[in-house]
Amino acid sequence: MGYDEDALLNGWTAMYTYDARIYVTLRPSVLDPAGTAVQSGLHHMGYTTVEQVRIGKYVELTVSATDEDTARQQVDRMCDQLLANPVIENYRFELTQREAIAAAV
Amino acid sequence: MNVGVIVFPGSNCDRDVAYVTRDQLQQPTRLIWHDDPDLGDVDLVVVPGGFSYGDYLRCGAIARFSPALKATVDHAKRGGLVLGVCNGFQILTEAGLLPGALVRNRDLHFICDRVPLRVERTDSLWTQHYDAGQVITLPIAHGEGCYYADADTLKAIEDRHQVIFRYCSATGEVNEASNPNGSLNNIAGLCNEAGNVLGMMPHPERATDTLLGNTDGLALFKSALTALVDAA
Repeated sequence: MGYDEDALLNGWTAMYTYDARIYVTLRPSVLDPAGTAVQSGLHHMGYTTVEQVRIGKYVELTVSATDEDTARQQVDRMCDQLLANPVIENYRFELTQREAIAAAV
Repeated sequence: MNVGVIVFPGSNCDRDVAYVTRDQLQQPTRLIWHDDPDLGDVDLVVVPGGFSYGDYLRCGAIARFSPALKATVDHAKRGGLVLGVCNGFQILTEAGLLPGALVRNRDLHFICDRVPLRVERTDSLWTQHYDAGQVITLPIAHGEGCYYADADTLKAIEDRHQVIFRYCSATGEVNEASNPNGSLNNIAGLCNEAGNVLGMMPHPERATDTLLGNTDGLALFKSALTALVDAA
């Protein structure tokens, strides 16, 4: 992801806005009683082909950064420090650039 | 013994703890608001039960980043005594002061009950006023009290004898039938490697006054007091 050339020429640093879609899932070794209960419900409804249900969390957040690598590092730290608990959870996320805005340095 | 009780938005056992340490044991006790980075001159920090910050995201996840809790981590690293009860236990695991995590109860229910516990150690500073192998009864009240740690961590905890309380039957047998929430190895309370930090799901502060019919929790606070007096 490069810088906005006009912004650079004018002494501005380009900032980009990224949408992050974050998936937090229980580690395979952690029991998921809620998932088991939902699986049982699906079976009672007749969906007997359901083999496993695991329930996780989905987080959407918007972050601004000078480039995608920076945004990725920031979101990764947020996940590691707060959004997921690495003792019991795994996480992964997707980033999409939204729009470019110029900000004064 | 100077006692500091951290108060988060949503804490609801803070005054119960203060009643025990201030009114019953006659120790100077201060309630410390969560955004206060200065704990002052405290010997024992209690992180009480409740629903800190609404327990949003995960129990204890947001409380971990409060100024008072950061100061509590520093206090623990200097060897100071820290007791986390219920939500306080969850916060201490989130903060990394204790290993593992507390997850949803095995049967998904919020459990409000009185349960028997076996005192696993009486050589810890938290339990010196109990008898070896004693079975006590304490209240529990939680929805996320199922103790989890990965296999290696669990082995290390057991090898180092960090488990202080286990859920058991009325006669002291530790088995699946006497495990209310699915905790691994029936763990109800454990300390860190150094022994100065204790986390437990049961509520000792709710069992200290004869008026309530159960005083099994009082020896825990007396033990901490004795340890501090001996160290002074």
